[in-house]
This record gives sequence, C-alpha cells and structure tokens, in this order.
Amino acid sequence: MNATPHVLPRQVTQPRALAPAERALSLIGGDLTEKSLKLHLDGLTGVDAVGLEQRAAALGTRSIKTTSKAWALDAIISLIDLTTLEGADTPGKVRSLVAKAVNPDPSDSATPRVAAVCVYGDMVPHAIESLGASWSAGEDNGINVAAVATAFPSGRASLAVKIADTSEAVVAGADEIDMVIDRGAFLAGSVGVVFDQIVAVKEACRRTNGTYAHLKVILETGELSTYDNVRRASWLAILAGGDFIKTSTGKVSPAATLPVTLLMLEVVRDWYRLTGERIGVKPAGGIRTAKDAIKYLVTVAETAGEEWLTPQLFRFGASSLLNDVLLQRQKLTTGRYSGPDYVTMD
Amino acid sequence: MTDAVKTNTVTTGTGKTVATRFLDYAPAPESTSILHLKPSYGLFINGQFVDGHGPSFQTISPATEKTIAEISNADASDVDAAVRAARKAYTSTWSRLSGSDRGKYLFRIARLVQERARELAVAESLDNGKPIKESRDVDVPLVAAWFFYYAGWADKLDYAGLGPNPRSLGVAAQVIPWNFPLLMLAWKVAPALAAGNTVVIKPAETTPLSALIFAEILQQAELPDGVVNIITGAGDTGEALVNHPDVNKVAFTGSTAVGRAIAKSVAGTGKKVTLELGGKAANIVFDDAPLDQAIEGIVNGIFFNQGHVCCAGSRLLVQENIHDEIVERLKSRLMTLRMGDPLDKNTDIGAINSREQLDRVRELSDVGEAEGAVRWNAPCVIPDKGFWFAPTIFTNVSTSSRIARDEIFGPVLAVLTFRTPAEAIAKANNTQYGLSAGIWSDKGSKILAVADGLRAGVIWANTFNRFDPASPFGGYKESGYGREGGRHGLAAYLESAGWGTPAVASPPRKQASS
Repeated sequence: MNATPHVLPRQVTQPRALAPAERALSLIGGDLTEKSLKLHLDGLTGVDAVGLEQRAAALGTRSIKTTSKAWALDAIISLIDLTTLEGADTPGKVRSLVAKAVNPDPSDSATPRVAAVCVYGDMVPHAIESLGASWSAGEDNGINVAAVATAFPSGRASLAVKIADTSEAVVAGADEIDMVIDRGAFLAGSVGVVFDQIVAVKEACRRTNGTYAHLKVILETGELSTYDNVRRASWLAILAGGDFIKTSTGKVSPAATLPVTLLMLEVVRDWYRLTGERIGVKPAGGIRTAKDAIKYLVTVAETAGEEWLTPQLFRFGASSLLNDVLLQRQKLTTGRYSGPDYVTMD
Repeated sequence: MTDAVKTNTVTTGTGKTVATRFLDYAPAPESTSILHLKPSYGLFINGQFVDGHGPSFQTISPATEKTIAEISNADASDVDAAVRAARKAYTSTWSRLSGSDRGKYLFRIARLVQERARELAVAESLDNGKPIKESRDVDVPLVAAWFFYYAGWADKLDYAGLGPNPRSLGVAAQVIPWNFPLLMLAWKVAPALAAGNTVVIKPAETTPLSALIFAEILQQAELPDGVVNIITGAGDTGEALVNHPDVNKVAFTGSTAVGRAIAKSVAGTGKKVTLELGGKAANIVFDDAPLDQAIEGIVNGIFFNQGHVCCAGSRLLVQENIHDEIVERLKSRLMTLRMGDPLDKNTDIGAINSREQLDRVRELSDVGEAEGAVRWNAPCVIPDKGFWFAPTIFTNVSTSSRIARDEIFGPVLAVLTFRTPAEAIAKANNTQYGLSAGIWSDKGSKILAVADGLRAGVIWANTFNRFDPASPFGGYKESGYGREGGRHGLAAYLESAGWGTPAVASPPRKQASS
C-alpha cells in the first residue's frame, strides 16, 4: 500500500504510562504502561482449581502433634494481627483489645505476644496510647499497630480520599497499613488504575523520616472470585510495591481459605525465586480454630518455606482465633481441656 | 519477633536464616492397637479358616523386615478344595439368589469395610509398606466405594449392556498383585459377586494380610459359605488356580510376563479371561499447563504408592521450552516429601514392597545411569532396616533408554521432552504398553485433541491417578485386555442369556463355506 502524504495517519493513542514503581520497572522494563502490565499479568501461568484445592486439602491432613504442636501454637499467637474492625469500636474496646494483645493469657506469662493489633485509622492513637511501652513504634521490636485504610472495606472512594485516609493513619503512628484494592477497577480490566493506586498509597505510607509503614494489600479474594484473578492481583500488588499480600477484609464471604492462601504463597515463592525478595502473606477472616491455623502453618512451611514463619512474612488476621489457640495451649500444658471461661475476652 | 519464632530459626553470621524445626514434624504414628492379628492365618475356604497343605510362609513388614504373621500355603489339593467350595456355593446358593439379595450382602460388606476402615488401613500399611495416609484416604475408601457401587448393580444387570437376563459365568479364579492388595481384591470380588459368580481369589504372596482380615468381614457379613474363598500362596498356587479345570473365568492383575503365560495356558479352555498388566504411562505437560498443579500431578503420578502403580506416570513428557523450569520446580517439591515409617500420618513415601522389587528398581536405575541419563534423587534419610528407595528423577533420557521403555514399578521418573502436540502424541504412544496417560494444559481444545490421539485405556486431564468405581479401567496393547470398573467391568463377569446354554441353544455353528 502506498502512503498518501496528505492523509493524516490514524490517531494512535499513546498507552497510558503507569507510576514508575521500582519492582515493575525492573521486571517489565521502562515501557511501563497499562498495556505492558496487562500483557505481563496475562502471561502468568493458569491455575487449575481442582488441583489447587486438592493440594490444599492434602496439606490439611498433616498431623501436627506433641512438640510440633506446642511450637505451632506459640508461633500462631506470635503471627496474629489481633483485630477489631467494627462500626461500634470505641476507645474502650481498643484498650481491651490491646490488653489482650500484650498479655494474651494472664495464667501463663510465657505466652508469646501477638504481632500487631489491627484497627480502623481513627483508633490508631488509642491503640498506641494503650500499648505504651509495648508499642514497637516502627522498630519491629514490640507490638505493631496496623490500620486499615483506603476506604476499607469497599475501597469505593477517590484516590485523594484514600491517600488522605492512609497518611492520617501513618501520621498518627500506624506501623502498618492494610489497604484494599479497587476490585471494581480490577474486574473492569483497569489494572493500571489498581496499580497506580497501590503505588500512590505506598507513597502515602512514607513517614517524615523517610521510612515507610509496611503496606499490606488486601485483594478481597472473595470478590475476585477466580483463582486466576487472585494470582494476577497478587502479582500486581507485589509489582506495585506491596510488602504483604492479604486475602480479605473479613467483611466478604468467603474470606481466607486454604486454597487461596496456598495460591498466594505460591506467588510469593515464585517472586522470591525470580528476584530474591521475600513478600509477606496474610490470610484474614474465617480462621477461628487452632486446628485450622496449624493447617496454614503447614501450608506456609511446605510451599514458601519455613523461613516465612515469622511476623515479617506471615500473619493471621483474626480475632476469635487467639482464644482457641490459648485453650489448646493450656491443654498441652495441663493435660486437660478447660473452657471459654478460662481465657479472657478482649 | 517473638522468642517462640526465634527458636525455630537460626540466623547465621551471614544473616542467612536456617530452618531447623517445624518441618521436622514430630512423629505422629497411627496406633496398631486397633489390629487384632492372629499369629498365623489359614486358608479361607468354604467360610472357614483351614490349614494349607503347602509349606507355610511368613509375611513381613517391608519397613522393618519384622514378621507380622505366619501364612498358610495352598497346594494343588487346597486349590481344588477351594474351587469345589466355590462351585458348590455357586450351584446351591449364590446363582439362585435374586439380584437384590446379592446386593444386600454387598452393601453389608461395604458398610463393614467402612466400620473397620482404620483397622484395614493399618494392616495394609503394615504389610505393604504404603503410607497410612494413602491406605486411609485412598485404598480403603475406594474399597468401600467399589462394593457400594457394584451392590447397586446387582439387581440391575438387565441394563449392563448385554441384553435381558444376562447370566453369570460360574466360578471366577482371581489373582491379584501386591501394590493395592485390598483395593485390587475389591475391584475383582465386587463385580464378580454382583454378577452372580462365586470366587476363589489369591492375594499376592507378600501382601496377604488385608485379604485375610477381609475374610473375617465376610464371616461377619454372613456371606454364604464358599461364595468367596481366599487362598494364599506364591506363583505356583496362582498357576494351579487359573489352570483348574472347573473355573469359568480367570481375572489377573500383575506383570505382563505372567499375564502372557496365563493367556497361553487358558487358550482353548473356554475360560473367559481379563488381564490388567503393566504400563509405562506418559504424563504430558504442555507449556500452557497450570504449572503448580502439574507439578503436584507429576509427583502424584509417579511417587504415589512408591510408584508401585501399573498406571503410574513414569514417563514425563515435558514441552522443551519449559523443561528446565519444570525439573527445577519438581526437585524443590521433592525436597518436601517425607520418607519413612508407613504408619506415620505425615509420611509421603513408604517402603518398597519387597527386597526383590527393590533389587529390580535399583538395577533399572543403574542401567539408566549407565545409558547416560542424569540421575537425581531427593535427599532422604534411608532407614537402616527395610526396603527403601528415594524418589528419583532421570533427565537427559533418550527414548531408547530402558528406563524410558521398561516398567520400573518404583519411584523413578524418566523425563523426556517434545516440541509439538504431534510429537507428544507420537512419543507417548511409542511404548509396548497402553494403560494410562496424563495431559496438562489450560486449553481444553488441546486436551481433547491430544487425548484423541493417545492409545491408552485411561487418560487423565489436569490430574493423575484418580479412580472411581463408575469409571472403567483397562489397557491397550501389552497392558492387557478387558475392563474393570463401571458398567464395562460387569461384562467381564457376565454373558448374554442363551449364549451357549442348553435352554436357548444357539444354532449349530455353520461350517465355513469358503
């Protein structure tokens, strides 16, 4: 075909450039656009749901007994983000939660403390005040305060609101930010929007001294619906700079499931193989018993590796789980089961 | 970070964190107290345990080499007694029962298997060496499922595809292998009984235990005497059984060599025969496969039951462009497999069933190495006693290598590559066997197209080693003939009404005119 000079070439829309997140730049390259990101995510290997669920079920049959169980129960406690996310949360409720986090079992001072308390952003000052000297204050040597942000749980707000929500919590002292992704944008195919928002929120996690509050990215897997989507969203969240990928808000059913967590652990394992960098995973919502939590520990150890079993790389988002673990722990120590009145309410 | 977590990891001077504890799960052995084993077992003939006339032998645990029990040995006279008992039960009772009454007995057996599931699982793992998680979660539940399934068929034989009122054959002689001792028994006994036959069955010499406990279940179920006779012994007992003149049907699962001998010996006798023999299945992994699940499928395909599976995916055919990645992922997955005490609930890989089999696996693996294939095995601690072989992968395997052609029947995987679907099909079919195959791809149309080209009795798509009583199972070529399972499995124990019977005799066969 011969080009006629007086006809204007068809308008080519320039692909929208994305925020230059470091990981995405190094993996996808300088041509970081929504299109290149999409191509990258579409190139990820598929997930066979039946096989994934079968593998998760098989991991769930591990029999963790005696010394392994004792270690596992303590590890679970130390990996818990003790959570209260109710409209009815009050300073009093947060104080009570913090007291539980600091001293989970008053009858046994050897009980480990939980990793963090997780609250709404406006409760961060109350949490910090209640923690007092137990607060890690961004140093990772005590109990962290995690705040949910970005119009949790729906995420349906403008980016400006999400950023304000985040920076307010960070300024108040939150050590960790649990943000939600824009599931609507993700499902509509606008992965660039989701990406840019995570990058922006990550930037809002920056403290005045240049350090960052840890960023956990909640995928709300129950709304993403397919395992293929979960894999893409996990990868997307990591590329955009998330320190942790988290299953759910706890407000949508299904919340965390073992297969979904297994899948996300496979993603962080693959990311580690590719880059040498370790990303954390946080299943949240629906894990209520020690027995279930042990299945998660097994899945972590046999998928990503045992080195993931630290609060820097794995957390349980839970509230009622703690007391069941404490009951099991008391049983191991005393040899008999007690009852709900032998553990404290938070 | 709390102290609890710190005790689990050691941070070395270089800042590297070394795992030390959690994955070394504390022992979680299944208790053997549920077993009530007798020091010695007789032959189960005509509803009673009787002593055999051959020299008795001992069955040992392949994990410890300790003797479990003394087992009777059936000689020719015992075989004859068993066949006579089966014949008598056939003519006097079993063939006269209505289908629904036969079904009631089968349902009863199925429920008793479920009730005594734990005991059967422990016995199976003890005697065979397979991990308790497999005997508990696969073998025994499938045994119950097989009896439930065929119990349902017993009064519906008109719909088995052989026309109205199909007839049972008579006495079935069944010889089964040691890899799934009780499950193979169920595969054989359940359809035979549902169809109205009586049975003389010989479990393998190294794994008679669960069949003898099953005999107790038959007593508990009050199955009429002689309907199922269980005789123990070695190859000569099996030979005497299949060659007994008064059996009408021979069903064998085992090696191709023995199957061939049986086919020869029964030729011209009028006995119906089904043979389920060896395999060298191809597990085909395309580059668009769901990789994490494919890795699990490869592991399950060849390391399930220590690779003692006739339909094991012993040849991994992987698309060349993902070969290195697959092998690397496979190796790191194999590092998490736990080999050891079959009765420990966390054991993934148990013991090789016998010294003889271990020698064969070793020999063929050595041949593979000598032929230039690259050997890698998972770093397992091999126990002092018993028969063990660490999960092994061979790469750089050529299609002419013996490890790519011979059935090893052990935890040894040969990895080969292909470039296109057509080449995958050609390589998969390039074997004297044709029992099973696996295809891994996220693309449904590709799976269907490839499955169409494969000559194998069972083809799994994005899974492997899955069994269901409703699904027929059997092979092409040297993997045998006849089908077990499903409606097709009934045809092995039935014949159309009137066929060869005096009442509705078929017209005399015409002489060939040309």
